[in-house]
Amino acid sequence: MDFDQTEDRRMLAETLNRFLADRYDIATRNTVAYDAPWHSPDLWAQMAELGILHALADEDHGGMGGTGFDITTVFEELGRALCPEPVLGALMGLRLLSAAGAETEAVLEGTERLAVAIAEPEAPWGLDHLETRASKAGDGWALTGRKSVVYGGPSATRFLVAALEGDMLGLYEVAAGDARITPYGMVEGGGAAELFLDASPAKRLIPDARTALQDALNAGMIALCAEAVGVAERMKEMLLEHLKTRTQFGRTIGSFQALQHRTVDLVTEIEQMRSITILAADALGGPEADRKAAMAKNLIGRAGRLMSEETMQMHGGIGVTWEAAVSHYAKRIVMIDAQLGDTDYCLSQVMEGLQVA
Amino acid sequence: MELQFTDEEIAFRDEVRAFLKAELPEDIAGRVRRGEELPKDDYERWHAILNARGWLATIWPKEYGGPGWSVVERHIFEEECAMASAPRIVPFGITMLGPVLQKFGSKEQCDAILPRILNGDDWWCQGYSEPGAGSDLASLRTKAVREGDHYIVNGQKTWTTLGQHADRMFCLVRTDPNVKPQAGISFLLIDMDAPGVEVRPIKLIDGVHDVNDVFFTDVKVPVENLVGEENSGWTIAKFLLTHERTNIAGTGFSNQAFDTVRALARSRRVNGRRLIDDPLFAARLAQAEIDLEAMKITNLRMLARAQKTGQPGLESSMLKIKGTVIRQELNDLARRALGPAAAPFPAEALAGNDAIAPEDHRRNAGAYFNNRKLSIYGGSNEIQRNILTKAMLEL
Ligand SMILES: Cc1cc2nc3c(=O)[nH]c(=O)nc-3n(C[C@H](O)[C@H](O)[C@H](O)COP(=O)(O)OP(=O)(O)OC[C@H]3O[C@@H](n4cnc5c(N)ncnc54)[C@H](O)[C@@H]3O)c2cc1C
Repeated sequence: MDFDQTEDRRMLAETLNRFLADRYDIATRNTVAYDAPWHSPDLWAQMAELGILHALADEDHGGMGGTGFDITTVFEELGRALCPEPVLGALMGLRLLSAAGAETEAVLEGTERLAVAIAEPEAPWGLDHLETRASKAGDGWALTGRKSVVYGGPSATRFLVAALEGDMLGLYEVAAGDARITPYGMVEGGGAAELFLDASPAKRLIPDARTALQDALNAGMIALCAEAVGVAERMKEMLLEHLKTRTQFGRTIGSFQALQHRTVDLVTEIEQMRSITILAADALGGPEADRKAAMAKNLIGRAGRLMSEETMQMHGGIGVTWEAAVSHYAKRIVMIDAQLGDTDYCLSQVMEGLQVA
Repeated sequence: MELQFTDEEIAFRDEVRAFLKAELPEDIAGRVRRGEELPKDDYERWHAILNARGWLATIWPKEYGGPGWSVVERHIFEEECAMASAPRIVPFGITMLGPVLQKFGSKEQCDAILPRILNGDDWWCQGYSEPGAGSDLASLRTKAVREGDHYIVNGQKTWTTLGQHADRMFCLVRTDPNVKPQAGISFLLIDMDAPGVEVRPIKLIDGVHDVNDVFFTDVKVPVENLVGEENSGWTIAKFLLTHERTNIAGTGFSNQAFDTVRALARSRRVNGRRLIDDPLFAARLAQAEIDLEAMKITNLRMLARAQKTGQPGLESSMLKIKGTVIRQELNDLARRALGPAAAPFPAEALAGNDAIAPEDHRRNAGAYFNNRKLSIYGGSNEIQRNILTKAMLEL
């Protein structure tokens, strides 16, 4: 039993931490995150140069990592800095390209940006209710349907799209120029897009992609959990700082037991968040991967909401202002819940597992 | 025990409904329903419509132009207004300053100011909080020094709701720094266009601008603008807070929020079924309904008691806590119901066929975050618990 990070991953975390701390104060972050294209192409290029994306793919596919713990290492730091770069699309896309045996180099180098388009307006989570259709068109394929809230969509050069041919859920590739895209910002910053496919030309990467898509979703959920851990750790620092410095009634508000106990509960929840994320990261790629990812995302959803609401509350009025960094963290940790599977959806997945002996 | 309204009360309710149906402008109700920031004109139009009917200053005595309603009638009116998506009545003049002047003001002040409040001539704002004085209001430092016929005011107020529209502010200022904090505070009326007053916007978590910082630099305020005695401001402030807490439970808003979320959950399809058919979501909604139903009775019980004893009691602290928690829970459900479709920002980012959330729900995420303020302002829920602890538990 050993819960220490390897030396390599510790260095990766430190490098990314320092890089983001240097270039990415909250004012810069907010300027970037709330205006089109809702991320910084410069920062993206620099992060790719640092090798961050290489940590997300395995050695057989041009990377230097790709395990659950490589993913959590990167995303925890992204969370701490509240970084809106479209790394989630790269992670899930790289896993899918790897599964397809396709070229990953341009993505790893940051010149190609991938967005993974699975969810639809009435099928926000999972793979079971998708309706986008694929049909043969000449040598290639044509896709028709609508993909919704595609993270990183505004700046993607290529979309990896889940679509049905008959009963078979396949993975297809669509160039950004071959679909109608409506980009927009999100309430906590960062960008997403609606993707309208109307007999859009596509290349088929994997005919039966269910397993690969589920693996990409699992990886994505673990990444979001780790991001939430990073967000929560930073929120904890901000909260403690506030409790120690804000005085009312002639004493610091941190001296009130009513706030102390709640803060202790939050700190305990962060430990639980970290633990379940470790559990899910460890299981990635194995037989228990789906259920563990769902467990993690459920706990993160519950604890994230608590973290958000309590941290704002204990900040007082300042906690609900745009000016205070903490409000943007509070938004992110709640909105993470809506990505790839929310508290209730994930709970229902875990509940299904109870039926299996 | 009789939980039903009397025949007279039902007749009254029907009258209110008919009035709202006929008089509440649809464009305003639409903006309220969609959770949009209201322009100043919306508040003013609604204010004028209510005033014309004599239903504006519902807590003022008849002699000053109130309708002379019972506590229950007032409750019915508030519920019906919320259900109809009427905008809230800006409370600063009507609910706060009015009763203060009626109790502590001079005859001249009442004659000069009360009619202007009713007519909407003056928009008032509340200058209590300061950067260093939030929960600990008595530590406020904005000072007023008497020089001849004037006070000279210096300092800063913050969180001034809708101060950007205000003509005047009622303000707590320090007039004696050498006594215990509560004993050196006065209640002063300040013109917002007086030289030396500067208003700066504060943007809230969802990008909305409805609060402000207000700075005072050598602002001259005539001594006639003092309400009550010099250094008696704390008594007035406390009196006002009990009025700030009328309709504190906000059950009308919660009723409206509940109906809206239920309708959304019935119409929205998620993963092959209506959201309402998802047992996990339905359980959340049912729990909220149970809590709300209980609180409506708690609220009515406390109103009935207030009707008998003639004053709102400590219960208002309980209603504040429960009322805000339930409203916030319903806001959470409204955001949650949309799943990823709650994300687009600003709300207009997706329109027409591109939209992914029904028009009335595009601000659900923003509203959820914005309404975290409910448990912070008007005496935070922690402060309410402190009040209840001291007053009820005898520990
Ligand atoms: C949107 C908004 C609108 C507002 N509008 C107005 C307005 O129009 N006019 C006006 O004057 N003010 C207004 N306020 C100010 C509001 O009343 C204050 O925010 C409130 O009193 C809390 O003060 P604070 O924000 O300084 O928080 P603080 O007092 O710093 O509190 C921080 C945290 O510490 C807790 N705390 C403080 N003391 C104790 C204690 N003794 N025991 C346990 N916990 C404690 C609080 O509950 C809170 O969780 C508004 C505020 C907001 C957010």
